[in-house]
Amino acid sequence: MNDLATYNFAYLDEQTKRMIRRAILKAIAIPGYQVPFASREMPMPYGWGTGGVQVTASILGPEDVLKVIDQGADDTTNAVSIRAFFQKVANVAVTTRTKEATIIQTRHRIPEEKLSEGQTLVYQVPIPEPLRFLEPRETETRKMHALEEYGLMHVKLYEDIARNGHIATTYAYPVKVEGRYVMDPSPTPKFDNPKMHMSEALQLFGAGREKRIYAVPPYTDVVSLDFDDHPFEIQSFDKPCALCGAEDVYLDEVILDDKGGRMFVCSDTDHCEDRRACGHAGHMLARKEAAE
Amino acid sequence: MSTLPLLKVNDVSKFYGSRIGCRNVSFELYAGEVLAIVGESGSGKTTLLSCLSTRLMPTSGIVEYHMRDGQYRDLARMGEAERRFLMRTDWGFVHQNPADGLRMTVSAGANVGERLMAVGDRHYGNIRATASDWLQRVEIGVDRIDDQPRAFSGGMRQRLQIARNLVTSPRLVFMDEPTGGLDVSVQARLLDLVRGLVHDLGLAAIIVTHDLAVARLLSHRMMVMKDGAVIEQGLTDRVLDDPREPYTQLLVSSILQV
Repeated sequence: MNDLATYNFAYLDEQTKRMIRRAILKAIAIPGYQVPFASREMPMPYGWGTGGVQVTASILGPEDVLKVIDQGADDTTNAVSIRAFFQKVANVAVTTRTKEATIIQTRHRIPEEKLSEGQTLVYQVPIPEPLRFLEPRETETRKMHALEEYGLMHVKLYEDIARNGHIATTYAYPVKVEGRYVMDPSPTPKFDNPKMHMSEALQLFGAGREKRIYAVPPYTDVVSLDFDDHPFEIQSFDKPCALCGAEDVYLDEVILDDKGGRMFVCSDTDHCEDRRACGHAGHMLARKEAAE
Repeated sequence: MSTLPLLKVNDVSKFYGSRIGCRNVSFELYAGEVLAIVGESGSGKTTLLSCLSTRLMPTSGIVEYHMRDGQYRDLARMGEAERRFLMRTDWGFVHQNPADGLRMTVSAGANVGERLMAVGDRHYGNIRATASDWLQRVEIGVDRIDDQPRAFSGGMRQRLQIARNLVTSPRLVFMDEPTGGLDVSVQARLLDLVRGLVHDLGLAAIIVTHDLAVARLLSHRMMVMKDGAVIEQGLTDRVLDDPREPYTQLLVSSILQV
């Protein structure tokens, strides 16, 4: 009896998927609202994307093309193992190219390339509650969301400015969705916050340990919180990418040796490869070729 | 100034099961008036204060508040959103233990500014300017604006808590043993400060205390509670100088003379 040993398509059983889809639909209907769901045990530890994986498993169909990124990269541990997981349990096509993917599961980055209609971005979220570090009581934070009492969020930003002279929050930067719910955009760098605003793609957020799903439907207002005299700003980098010469992208710092050598390269590996294939070159790439 | 009472309390009782918290309390409070509620531990002072400030629902009776729009509203019938809004704009609540009323992990400036941000102030410079102004008014050095309250002494914390409550210019402030746990010289300074602020801002205040000296200094009127009921009320000087009830006489004569 071979049937007993196989997994259901995309690992989760159909009743579980149904439950998660209902949570997703509710989340889409109330943008930014955290919908509780009965999160399942997944064959990976909490903190490795159990929420994102459950969301992906519930929306995945046989025709889908999946891309998984971890801090922008397609080839890091988390991305490789989740991609392999879905290849095994759903036998879906996978890709590293942003353009070709229909579902992109991401850990803490939004691809540089503009997403289009029909694509879905699934975020892995560790702590979905933006008010958590200021208000530890769940009963209280729920009430604050319900009554739209978001003054506390600005207390956090005030503290930032008072201590550092500017808003020093660089990731998990709180946003207000569609003028109503304040939402934690998961620990993406604030560089990516503007990409969430009026995005053509559907954005789903899954927090496995905290058992919450929330969503930003396509073409939704996503506004980063700020002060009138300290407006929201994204990070900027002094140099372009050392490999592809791209500017206006998010860069990772790579330590090269123990003598202080370092380089800044695109965090989005697919974007970087694309650009190099098109003939763009940064200063480190040119040197490497000259050496060969 | 309006001649209508700010707060109307009618026959308020609170029972904890078969135990009595407070019973059949009625009074009216006018704008700018300071009322002290005194009595020994367990006499129902704090229960009454909680019922008035909507932190507890009274078992029976009505508490009505004169809103800024001139209407009287039954606090128990108000929606939660409205009640919480009232609590952080038109009201203040000073806890006995400042740690209950302050955010101990954010700076003094943010503590004072929180209410401003809660009502929609989004200009950092203005919030900070208001916060430093208020710190000065409660005699906390402006150089301490970025320190967390945990670095403050007990008296400073209490003053900070008062500033945090008064920043939205409330009309009514509830105080639960505001000088409890402070030594006498710090108490004296705090009382002086509160008296000045109440006078300058025209605040109405309800102060729960077991310290008759506090009541004497701050309040215009006082109520003496025993076993959950108000046994005597009147002008502070009258009650303290000419107590009528045997229990009040006992209370007044229990004050240590130095």
